[in-house]
Amino acid sequence: MSDAHAQIDNEVKSNDVVLFMKGTPQFPMCGFSGQVVQILNYVGVPYKGVNVLDDEGIRNGIKEYSNWPTIPQLYVKGEFVGGCDITREMFQSGELQQLLAEKGLPVTKPAA
Amino acid sequence: MALRDWIDEALRREFSTETVSVLDESHLHAGHAGWREGGETHFRVDVVSPAFAGKSRVERHRLVNQALAPAFARGLHALAIKARAPGE
Repeated sequence: MSDAHAQIDNEVKSNDVVLFMKGTPQFPMCGFSGQVVQILNYVGVPYKGVNVLDDEGIRNGIKEYSNWPTIPQLYVKGEFVGGCDITREMFQSGELQQLLAEKGLPVTKPAA
Repeated sequence: MALRDWIDEALRREFSTETVSVLDESHLHAGHAGWREGGETHFRVDVVSPAFAGKSRVERHRLVNQALAPAFARGLHALAIKARAPGE
């Protein structure tokens, strides 16, 4: 296991909700990452943002980690949820809020 | 062949469908990461195919990403995906 892979694995397994993104939750550097940040902020679940632009190893490694070629990537309780499109569709249908609730994670805005 | 046309053909071929739309949205990302002069970096695709029936969102996106792996190798940077089964 490479260093980057081990680092990614550790982030995924030690954070309930982690978003691999470009930029930070405060300053997203990409529109797709920014959309996921807005959704997570809206539902009010605590999460960690990992800025892939800070580390080339993580930036490339995350694409291999889940065999997913694009960023952002959202993980909940160690499981890959999806990228921007999937997160947005799940948010709009209420499935994201349901998933978080099922995993016992606090949300301030549950699905209607 | 322009990347847009290659993507369009690959999706029609891989998913046996004529219901494919491919939009080059690179101009919307001018100056951002991954963008380059000449575009063809940011695409939005919409595919309707029976191949997606009974599959999860992640499985559908994986199929599209796999079909377009050569496009990622050619500079495709961002891909917005809508993958639906007929009737959805």
